[in-house]
Amino acid sequence: MQNNRYERQTRLKEFGPEAQEKLSKASVLVVGAGGLGIPILLYLNAMGVGTLGIIESDTVEITNLQRQVLYTEKDLGRPKLEVVSERLQAQNSQTSFKLFDTFLTRDNALEIISEFDVVIDGSDNFPTRYLINDACVLLKKPFVSGAIQGFEGQLSVFNYNNGPTYRCLFPSIPSPEEIPNCNENGVLGVVPGIIGNLQALEAVKVITGIGAPLSGTLLLFDGLQNRYQKINFSLQPENLNIKTLQSSYGGQYCDLGTTKSVEELQLLLEKGKGIQLIDVRTEAEFEEFSLPTAFNIPLNELETRMAEIDFKKPIYLICQSGIRSEKALLRLQEENKEAILYNVLGGVNKFLSSCL
Amino acid sequence: MTILLFGITKDIIGSDTLAISDATLNGTGKIQTVRELKTHLIKMYPDLKSLSTLAVAVNNSYAKDDKIINNFDEIALIPPVSGG
Repeated sequence: MQNNRYERQTRLKEFGPEAQEKLSKASVLVVGAGGLGIPILLYLNAMGVGTLGIIESDTVEITNLQRQVLYTEKDLGRPKLEVVSERLQAQNSQTSFKLFDTFLTRDNALEIISEFDVVIDGSDNFPTRYLINDACVLLKKPFVSGAIQGFEGQLSVFNYNNGPTYRCLFPSIPSPEEIPNCNENGVLGVVPGIIGNLQALEAVKVITGIGAPLSGTLLLFDGLQNRYQKINFSLQPENLNIKTLQSSYGGQYCDLGTTKSVEELQLLLEKGKGIQLIDVRTEAEFEEFSLPTAFNIPLNELETRMAEIDFKKPIYLICQSGIRSEKALLRLQEENKEAILYNVLGGVNKFLSSCL
Repeated sequence: MTILLFGITKDIIGSDTLAISDATLNGTGKIQTVRELKTHLIKMYPDLKSLSTLAVAVNNSYAKDDKIINNFDEIALIPPVSGG
């Protein structure tokens, strides 16, 4: 079986056994095992990439299932990393896996990324996207970027052979209020499947040298019209001139000074000192499950309910996965510069999977 | 001039394309560059102002603010998207 496992692709004369050999020696890091990460991982693993790294720290939620097609109803509540690694090992026992049960942060990014030849960005937030760009530029690694919103997707290969970077298109990180993420804005289930598969294809091209990787070109996909449009862009040399990572990427995953892990939170709760824990999820989410001592101010009511918050005491913010609480944190920071604020990393999801 | 809209610009403007008439382009406060086009669009759709990072393409090539534009060009407004 082993000898002809990849026969359907090695018989392609543009690919051949040489490209297969390159795949088997390649190491690829996939950031995020969500809507984009899953098709990327399934295909690269099927096609015979030798080493796959996976960074993921979330658990499977019911709202993931419409697009994250590897997970089943039986997996609800389980760590995604565990489920993914089981499935991928069953799919291809020859692959070597490196699993990272963490978020990518400015403190671990360089160390983790340096172990791999190619990075694929399947993350769901801007801080991580800019962090991946800067780390890959510093380490001179190509990365395949895909992102989705609603019915649309974007795809490009950045930092490939001294080609343009993410910052050559989008120089600076948008503020959290500017652009919605897909938790809030919605995404049609099949769209990440399309973009993720295209990312897998680009990664194979980068690794094997076949075809022309999408470097210096941004592919825009509009699912409603089924329209694909390519935009050319060029390197702005100053963007290669990164000497070090930024001290903060303004987001929950990177700005460790203002975050608490769920384990730290649990210790605080156990001490029973009655910390000020504000849950910014909706009322319905709060009713379904809430942490002891938490009180509920939904994010969209924050403006009008500031008076309920005691800014003299430390404020701990929590939501389902950590994105809304990050927004709340930034807003409260604006409201009171002296406030001591903590965002609970990974939110209720992480708490339920790690602490119960 | 036709402007193709992507991501949140579609939501802000409420359509997936926007046509700018020759009269607007050539009238008082003539629009000659990408920068002037952005200023004009922000005047019409103030919410665009909040987009600190917005790529503009002219005829399928990334364009800086000083790029000269004319009636026949196809423009695209491309904000970054972050979903995964």
